[in-house]
Amino acid sequence: MSSLPQKPQPIVQPESEKYWDGLKNEEIWLQRSKKTGEFQFFPRGISIYDPSAGEAGVEWVKVSGQATLFTFAIVHAAPHQGFVGDLPYITALVELEEGVKIPTNIVGIEPEPENLEIGMGLLPVFEHHDGEATLLKFRPA
Amino acid sequence: MPNINKLKNLSGQAHIVGVGESNKLGKVPEKSPLAHHAEAAVNALNDAGFELSDVDALFTAGWSTLDVAEYLGIQPRYTDSTSVGGSSFVIHVAHALAAIEAGYCEVALITHGQSGRSDRAPIPRNPGAPMAQYESPYGIMGPPISYAMAARRYMHEYGEDRTRQAMAEVAVSTRKWANMNPMAYFYDVPATFDDYHNSRWVAWPFHLLDCCLVTDAGAAVVITSKERAKDAKNGSVAVLGAGEGHDHSMISQMPDLTSAFGRHTGPQAMEMAGVTHADLDLAMIYDSFTYTVLVTLENLGFCGAGEAPDFVADQRTAPGGDFPLNTNGGGLSYTHPGMYGIFTLVEAARQLRGHAGDRQLDNCELALAHGTGGLLSSTGTVVLGRA
Repeated sequence: MSSLPQKPQPIVQPESEKYWDGLKNEEIWLQRSKKTGEFQFFPRGISIYDPSAGEAGVEWVKVSGQATLFTFAIVHAAPHQGFVGDLPYITALVELEEGVKIPTNIVGIEPEPENLEIGMGLLPVFEHHDGEATLLKFRPA
Repeated sequence: MPNINKLKNLSGQAHIVGVGESNKLGKVPEKSPLAHHAEAAVNALNDAGFELSDVDALFTAGWSTLDVAEYLGIQPRYTDSTSVGGSSFVIHVAHALAAIEAGYCEVALITHGQSGRSDRAPIPRNPGAPMAQYESPYGIMGPPISYAMAARRYMHEYGEDRTRQAMAEVAVSTRKWANMNPMAYFYDVPATFDDYHNSRWVAWPFHLLDCCLVTDAGAAVVITSKERAKDAKNGSVAVLGAGEGHDHSMISQMPDLTSAFGRHTGPQAMEMAGVTHADLDLAMIYDSFTYTVLVTLENLGFCGAGEAPDFVADQRTAPGGDFPLNTNGGGLSYTHPGMYGIFTLVEAARQLRGHAGDRQLDNCELALAHGTGGLLSSTGTVVLGRA
């Protein structure tokens, strides 16, 4: 198994440590504007809804991970050697109930278009990998 | 916000005087990317009747102008490596227009060279960018997957079957144009609707024939002032209008997967030029994917949201149709080294000057060239007119 090419790993930045650390504990932490209450994904050093407040304009909130499918594709040609063994696999943008869209994979179903319906309910799956980042994937609710 | 009244004063003040490709496109393992830059630059300057020593401004994307200028042996007095994907070269036209009119330079050279197929040292991605952190770990990498997710959303909003048919229409009509261009990768290879539907999946909903080529190629464009354009050997093409911008980098951050930034850059370029859709004789629209064409036609206002499938129906955009589109055969069937946008300018200039060979349009006086870069992220639109 060690001969398989590695998948790209996230290089965690200072402002995203809380997000990736949270996933390791099976928790989803998102940033919200203190002023407007609007969530943003991905984590930033400012709120895009209240930039003038700087870093102080952002607060972290733990969310449920309840989501709906916004769109998807079924990948048949690997974009990187690390994904050859996964083909075909489902990439998706899912909309969390807090309103943000996040890039992910849908797991737990056969990767056929008829198994996926835009708007379908989804639940989070925390995919742990030894010595690597925990990935946030989704399965049908 | 752009000041359209000031922009109108710029309209037509700079002209494209030369265009060229590198000598051989497609599979060219014997040439480096910088060699493609240089070959194309020489060909474009020869077309203009200008010398490399006339060039005082350099524009490129993908590479730094430092590398390209050094390779060419020139010392530009104006330099612009704006690199926002395949649209960059269309955006460079507007920058050149502004720089020439402001007095920074007189003769601008835009070059492109990329060996998407054979490169010995592909351009690395920035591993510190948000895209590498949030999308790549999930196998969301490279254009086909991201554009496929956008296309799937469009299908959801506007109908899967009619979108599928429209994607096939674009693939087949574009191939017909390529069959008239000897420089096209698929010059000798026709494609039918059955070929489209039978081609393998790359990223559902995209078949292989929804996706652009990956080639080795270069191109260059020479732009100068309206006055100096009178010296051009083969005539010139006026830069009448331009617009540029972007609204995201990662596909997951795109505000609306069915509306790219052409919704701003198209109307701006056309208003600056003082033209309407009906005035245009040719549309060169970056076709990274069939879907890119559909969404761009809507964004530019050729038709309304969700109407592109009807707009392109019945091979309307093919040779002989009443809406000539991508007459070089496009990124889908002519060439696409990775950042194709400059080739929209090359073909538009050829059609406007009557140099397009068997595929030459009758009475081509006004053309629109539109680049889309990144993951539907950036756009640049120019309106060009026969001088």
